[in-house]
Amino acid sequence: MSVVTTLIPPQAPPEAPPKPFTAGRFFGNIFMGVWLALTVGVFLMIVGGWDPEKFTRYGPSYLSGLGVTLLLVGLSVVLGGLISLPLAFARMSKNPVFSWLAYGYVYFFRGTPLLTQLFLVYYGLGSFSAELKAWGLWWFFRDAWNCALLTFTLNTAAYQAEILRGAIESVPRGQHEGAAALGLPKKIAFFKVVLPQALIVALRPYGNEIILMIKGSAIVAIVTVFDLMGETRRAFSRTFDYQAYLWAALLYLLMVELLRNLWAWLELRLTRHLKR
Amino acid sequence: MSGFFAAIVEAVSAFLGIIDPLCGPVGIFNLFAGDTLLACGNAGWGDEIAFGFLVTASLAIATLPVGLVIGFFIALAKQSEEKSLRLSANIYTTLFRGLPELLTLFIVYYGLQILVQNLAAALGYGGAVEINAFFAGMIALGVVFSAYCSEVLLSAFKAIPRGQYEAGYALGLHHGRTMRLIVLPQLIRVALPGLGNLWMALLKDTALVSVIGLPDILRQTGVAARVTKEAFQFYAIACLLFLVLAFLSSLVFSAIEGWAKRSEVAR
Repeated sequence: MSVVTTLIPPQAPPEAPPKPFTAGRFFGNIFMGVWLALTVGVFLMIVGGWDPEKFTRYGPSYLSGLGVTLLLVGLSVVLGGLISLPLAFARMSKNPVFSWLAYGYVYFFRGTPLLTQLFLVYYGLGSFSAELKAWGLWWFFRDAWNCALLTFTLNTAAYQAEILRGAIESVPRGQHEGAAALGLPKKIAFFKVVLPQALIVALRPYGNEIILMIKGSAIVAIVTVFDLMGETRRAFSRTFDYQAYLWAALLYLLMVELLRNLWAWLELRLTRHLKR
Repeated sequence: MSGFFAAIVEAVSAFLGIIDPLCGPVGIFNLFAGDTLLACGNAGWGDEIAFGFLVTASLAIATLPVGLVIGFFIALAKQSEEKSLRLSANIYTTLFRGLPELLTLFIVYYGLQILVQNLAAALGYGGAVEINAFFAGMIALGVVFSAYCSEVLLSAFKAIPRGQYEAGYALGLHHGRTMRLIVLPQLIRVALPGLGNLWMALLKDTALVSVIGLPDILRQTGVAARVTKEAFQFYAIACLLFLVLAFLSSLVFSAIEGWAKRSEVAR
């Protein structure tokens, strides 16, 4: 009978085989190198062209431009949300006149570029200045800011109506029937049963719509509203300094990423009862 | 030989002139707006606007393959096992989905100009360099399109079961051929609705390139509006033309969708 008298001394594990240098790794390293070089290049550009005078001169105007952008987007999203309610119901109504009118509205505003709509309102309605003056509306359409607000509101109303309609229609029929079986009136069933479920579905598209509006709002710079993009264009046309655009890019990216993360957190928070 | 080619070009352009839906002999502008501001030729703005229509359509069509190809490779990079590849692809999409399209366009337009100018100066050429607006628009819109496209394709890739790849390898197909013969046909079917939405967005974004001077629909109608002082009429026509483009592409997309689903059982 053999007895173990000595144990094999502990040994180091065998060496891991060297990581193969694949094509993916090769390209990954190259692309990371490109991003790194770009970052360093932009950083050097900002440091090299740093001019405190320019900063104190244009910095505050960038902030005011940021305020204009946020105000424009916030107001138009809220007002558009209000308009989108009757629009969505008209789209879902059984009356063909209402539903076709709403469909035409939505098709027009979703099928044409925002820039064209803005020109149509600002320059197009501006050419009817005599009639507008007679109706006492000229003070509104004279200002580019008001025209931009009107266009954005109408535009986002069309998109939000589609979001709302899709969300309400995504609630299963059984929910309506369940509410009816409990004896709830139609109105209460809609507000207490259907809408809360629909809004959770609509949450993510709403976030995307706000982000699209923030990005789309840059075009108001073309019709002389000094939002963030407008201030950037003004600074660039005065200094011919390419940095002007880089600062604007940074601010826009910051806004969009903050909103995106906020929305992800919101969704996680609001759907925690659905988690399994 | 060059005379031969010139003859071919002339014949093709003559043929295109006949079937031209806006300004040809049976064109809408010629039939219904012969003696208004929209007449073709020197009398009106019809032919300029028809040219703008062509420019918008060709810009969108030229951008599409660029965006699709880049987007496909970005989607591949995003699901790669290599960490650096994934990270760099994610930086790309975060960047170009977060920036306004107009700002991307300006950055590309002026940035390319500065870059080319510096390169030319380094090579000993001191003159001013102008970047073609069509080219800059193609790059900027293609980059934005590819960033969105990669997201659509990534989610479509996730819808394809692992077994499809394994079946391809079991048949002895190489990685590239598995991708081309087995995965891609299914990928197209899944990704088509999302790509259709992106195409519509691309069509609308082409209007932005008018800002850097490309003579597209919006630019041409804008010039006409400024000269004739009939702004509402001309911008309404621009809207109508974009709606026509959207309608035509929805027809094309439903045809493609029918083609892609031809093998599925009718339900």
